[in-house]
Amino acid sequence: MATLNYLNNGHGLASWLLTKDHKRIALLYLASITVFFFIGGLFAFLIRLELLTPAGDLMTAENYNKMFTMHGVVMVFFFLIPSIPAVLGNFFIPIMLGAKDLAFPRINLISWYIYVLGGIFTLTAALSGGVDTGWTFYTPYSTAAANSHVVTAALGVFITGFSSILTGLNFIVTIHRMRAPGMTWFRMPLFVWSHYATSLIFILGTPVIAITILLVAAERVLHFGIFDPALGGDPILFQHLFWFYSHPAVYIMILPAMGVVSEIVQAFARKNIFGYSFVAFSSLAIGIIGFFVWGHHIFVAGQSVYAGMIFSILSFIVAIPSAIKVFNWTATIYRGSVSLESPMLYAFGFVGLFTIGGLTGLFLAAMGLDIHVHDTYFIVAHFHYIMVGGAIMGYLGGMHYWWPKISGKMYPEAWAKFAALIVFVGFNLTFFPQFLVGYLGMPRRYHMYPPEFQVLNVMSTLGATVLSVGYVLPMVYFTYSIFKGKPAPANPWGAKGLEWEIPSPPPTENFPVTPIVTHGTHQYAPSKEVGVV
Amino acid sequence: MSEGYPQAPTAGVPGHMAIHGAGNPHDGHSHPDHPKLQHHFDDMGQQAEASTLGMWVFLVTEIMFFGGLFMAYLLYRYRSPDGFAEASNHLNVIWGAINTIVLIVSSLTMALAVRAAQTSARPKVQVGWLIATMILGSAFLGVKVIEYADKFTHHLVPGPDFQWPGEYPAAAEMFYSLYFCMTGLHALHMIIGIGIMLVITAMAWRRQFDAAYYTPVEVAGLYWHFVDIVWIFLFPLLYLIGYHYGAH
Repeated sequence: MATLNYLNNGHGLASWLLTKDHKRIALLYLASITVFFFIGGLFAFLIRLELLTPAGDLMTAENYNKMFTMHGVVMVFFFLIPSIPAVLGNFFIPIMLGAKDLAFPRINLISWYIYVLGGIFTLTAALSGGVDTGWTFYTPYSTAAANSHVVTAALGVFITGFSSILTGLNFIVTIHRMRAPGMTWFRMPLFVWSHYATSLIFILGTPVIAITILLVAAERVLHFGIFDPALGGDPILFQHLFWFYSHPAVYIMILPAMGVVSEIVQAFARKNIFGYSFVAFSSLAIGIIGFFVWGHHIFVAGQSVYAGMIFSILSFIVAIPSAIKVFNWTATIYRGSVSLESPMLYAFGFVGLFTIGGLTGLFLAAMGLDIHVHDTYFIVAHFHYIMVGGAIMGYLGGMHYWWPKISGKMYPEAWAKFAALIVFVGFNLTFFPQFLVGYLGMPRRYHMYPPEFQVLNVMSTLGATVLSVGYVLPMVYFTYSIFKGKPAPANPWGAKGLEWEIPSPPPTENFPVTPIVTHGTHQYAPSKEVGVV
Repeated sequence: MSEGYPQAPTAGVPGHMAIHGAGNPHDGHSHPDHPKLQHHFDDMGQQAEASTLGMWVFLVTEIMFFGGLFMAYLLYRYRSPDGFAEASNHLNVIWGAINTIVLIVSSLTMALAVRAAQTSARPKVQVGWLIATMILGSAFLGVKVIEYADKFTHHLVPGPDFQWPGEYPAAAEMFYSLYFCMTGLHALHMIIGIGIMLVITAMAWRRQFDAAYYTPVEVAGLYWHFVDIVWIFLFPLLYLIGYHYGAH
């Protein structure tokens, strides 16, 4: 057997299920979020199948409601939110900082078990009859009208929230206290900066949805009336509390993907990021300003017009740091020696699709236009450009970039490029028609639609089929590479950063001794020499 | 200058962050490690700082957790200030005040327990202060049980059985919904706190804490003080706003 690494250091189920190694815990998360990704994808596929024809011929309206609810709940809470932080962040943050592990390894393992427990609750709700409130659990529908599995599903979300909180807590303490000597804040990789901002949202936002869900449960079970108009409660309060978390949660999904893209762009343009500190601080700015925009989800729900105006302006402002990142990535690529390996293809895909998603977000921040497209497929297309075109592109890009380090094996690059292309084409074919059909007035969350929308819906369903092929392919060739792939060298891409200076796969303690960092982690050609003049 | 970090003199040459072994101050200890030092920390100081920062971050999440309830309280009290005052008037200020004093004293005994561990006091002294803290916490919960029982007998628990003789039945029911959510979650935090104290007490009894290692006591103390502070806000907001209601 070759040298001892984290994969072969200990065998058997117990060595995985009781591990306190952040790298093994990351793989536990990888396995479980992949399961949830395909469960959520199955619900999505059934939705698209129903929408192939204008008539409601595959399922009843009630079942359709359950499909999009379960799709949303599973994808948001059990895939997108944990995806990059719990897998790639867990694996690489300690390594990037020169640490042997996260600050609290036992809490890290507990947070995975909490995640699984929350997942079991939610799947129980799905299998025992489903939930039909939409992933937002809006009151009074979720408290007074909906079927009885709301509490089970909501408790699943409540429980898994503690997994997020503990992950965020672990990252913050690790970044503050576990940096190797010489690893100053402004030598940290941008991936770490974006996770710092994400962790702030984890710890500040997640407890608010936890208490909100608890109050919904109290209303259903104990007949308290915090959100019930009949008892003097106010359902809009629920929407405020819900979006106070759930809008920042969008930044939980996108910020880590931005961190991944910052790393990939530098590695494959062979050039330092243009404006390191701007990119670093824009992550914090997104995290902080992102807490003050939630009201743009409530423009038409009875919020005062003055509140609407303030939330509208703030929503425009939060786009600025995102734009800074996009411009800085572009400036980094400009006159770099770009090579188009598969991670870079995903990074390109991310920048383009995120820009479309972000710009359409500005349409929605404008109150007049938002009233026109509110609750239409335009919204659905917008947030899928962010969550799928942005977050999942970033996740797949990161998986391709770091897979050789994680597994110690190289995947077939030609297949990976092909899959990246399939994902890009399939994604746009799925969601671009939804912008059009939404703008034309097709509302979301109905299982039937007027026949004139059928062409666009058929395109969308076709795209979803292509997209699903693009998502299955990486799973196939990643699995293949574990058994048949060529061994990966320590630094297959010629990239910079501490993670590329240790063997692939890394040893259990990452570093034989705590490293002393003497330079910033970005040691490519400096942008100021070959960049814009 | 867009990069906020020093440039390598020769960019592109690998190994700039060479992993040095020799000369690493965090390697080659001159004295043996403390038995409580976990493998991924360099020294006890780093470990202690990580633990206390972890608890502080957790307390921030707790503030946001209770914050949702305070937000709801703010909204509904703003909508019906008189209704809330009328409802508050039915709470027993004496019990509330006694409980406030009990908790403040428990914070003192908690602080003395931390101090005892920090100064390597005898285990009996450490355990004594911890047990005193637990007794005071339990006394608080006992008073809470008496108060809750009183609410049940007087039909002040929100739901189908709720009855209100006053002018503002809807606001009163909302007030008592919030009362039970807020004090209930606070009591749950107290119960968890007493559970933590039991573990800490067992550790103290086994002579695990001294000046070199007392982080668990300190971290448990942070949590305990936080739970006390939540009550310091709950007491006036729930008990005192209706004290003079109807007296004018």
